[in-house]
Amino acid sequence: MSQHFDHARFPALSRRAMLQALGVAGLTLAGSSVRADQSIRLPIAGEPRDRPITHDFPQKGSMILQRTRPPLLETPMEVFDRGVFTPNDQFYVRWHWAVIPTSVDADAFRLSVRGHVNQALSLSIGDLLRLPRVELAAVNQCSGNSRGFFLPRVPGAQWAHGAMGNAQWTGVLLKDVLDRAGVKPGAVQVRFNGLDEPVVPDAPDFRKSLDIDHARDGEVMIAFAMNGEQLPLLNGFPLRLIVPGWYSTYWVKMLSDIEVLDRQDDNYWMATAYTVPDTPHANIKPGQTGVKMVPISRMVPRSFFTNVADGASLPAGAVATIRGIAFGGDAGVAKVELSMDDGRTWQPATLGEDHGKYSFRRWQVDIPELTKGGHSLMVRCTNTAGDIQPAASNWNTSGFMRNVVETVQLTAI
Amino acid sequence: MRHLIFVVGTSFAALLASTPAWPAPAITSTTVELPAGDALFPGGPEADAINNNCLACHSADMVLNQPALPRSTWESEVHKMIKVYGAPVEDSDVPAIVDYLAKIKGSGQ
Repeated sequence: MSQHFDHARFPALSRRAMLQALGVAGLTLAGSSVRADQSIRLPIAGEPRDRPITHDFPQKGSMILQRTRPPLLETPMEVFDRGVFTPNDQFYVRWHWAVIPTSVDADAFRLSVRGHVNQALSLSIGDLLRLPRVELAAVNQCSGNSRGFFLPRVPGAQWAHGAMGNAQWTGVLLKDVLDRAGVKPGAVQVRFNGLDEPVVPDAPDFRKSLDIDHARDGEVMIAFAMNGEQLPLLNGFPLRLIVPGWYSTYWVKMLSDIEVLDRQDDNYWMATAYTVPDTPHANIKPGQTGVKMVPISRMVPRSFFTNVADGASLPAGAVATIRGIAFGGDAGVAKVELSMDDGRTWQPATLGEDHGKYSFRRWQVDIPELTKGGHSLMVRCTNTAGDIQPAASNWNTSGFMRNVVETVQLTAI
Repeated sequence: MRHLIFVVGTSFAALLASTPAWPAPAITSTTVELPAGDALFPGGPEADAINNNCLACHSADMVLNQPALPRSTWESEVHKMIKVYGAPVEDSDVPAIVDYLAKIKGSGQ
């Protein structure tokens, strides 16, 4: 249990460990140029694949640099092999607007609750700490995680699989906060805003909304801690909305304003951005038009290899343990299966400790001795609602909701 | 479902039986510095338009990380920045920005 509260057990990668992890990235070990030369080659669908490894961001260790301003920082895949909880200093980072407060006074900070309520509130951190406290393990995943694998390629952050993380979130129920304000009859949605702002004054401020019943479901949280510590500023200090099972676009960072609406929110970030085709797997054909679009919402099941990468070599004639992580999306992990014959037959993986339906879950399979030559391994997750990862990749213009079965090509030598 | 979210007094009793209540986590004021991200797009004079118009809102690196895309995609990206995100780009600079993107990140389509 201590692994997800003891942040000290997950220090930033030592330089040596990181160089090992980077492997083939062509590093210069000598002299002071090492730092500048650290890069990683992502296994995405095309060039450019190389990204710098950065240590330049506050409260963050080694991260893959996708964009400096506003920051887009990806978690290196090997982090997911070390444990089911993603350490705060390597939890991925994604901001829309570059005006991010770099200083937050914990005593002066106030969360406002207003709109279609009986009593508007202005809550201090201390007020929230006095409310009934809850904790929940939950995966936070960017809508566009794995966008770099889309073919045809689509514009946007060219993430590999590291725009996701799992944390133990501590905070209060949104329902408890709304109940203190007293939601009036006729409430339709609840809109959330954070302290970040657009650079250009008339640009659309980043705001997201949930239906009133979802907001009051007794699961949606306002978190003041992740993995037992206050949030890193870049992950939303001091408060972040936690929407279990839903894509991260709803998990508003630096949450400062909650507005109960008596109408559907039609702001840009709900009505236009972060919408997906209303089709199975949000899938369309490239070039297809006239598709009904709906706001992205629930996550879908995924599973990943974490101790072997595509293109890796293993010793022939020796048994091996293949392992990884899986999550069920908006339901628990029912099973994880491995195929070594291109998906004709599947064998069940052994699942690790269950930290709850919204958490990452470890899986592993001891595979038999491999004959010399190439081997293809596939992994898929089925969630407790019966949803299973598809064999074919989805495609849409935004690069959202990828959850195809993952495959690694290994060579036994 | 509710069993997955524990009220603290209950869950902590299971973890630390001798501890009656979970101490409040320390929430302390935080001040950080973020990297400037002010590197220019490469290319000298032909990058002037993109450097002058685009770097106020975002650094160059993510653009340079984009795949090769059709010219029409770059046109719509630039127009999205202007129309949707309010980028104050001079009309006269738009062709030079699109030309630059189509040159360094064009798929030839």
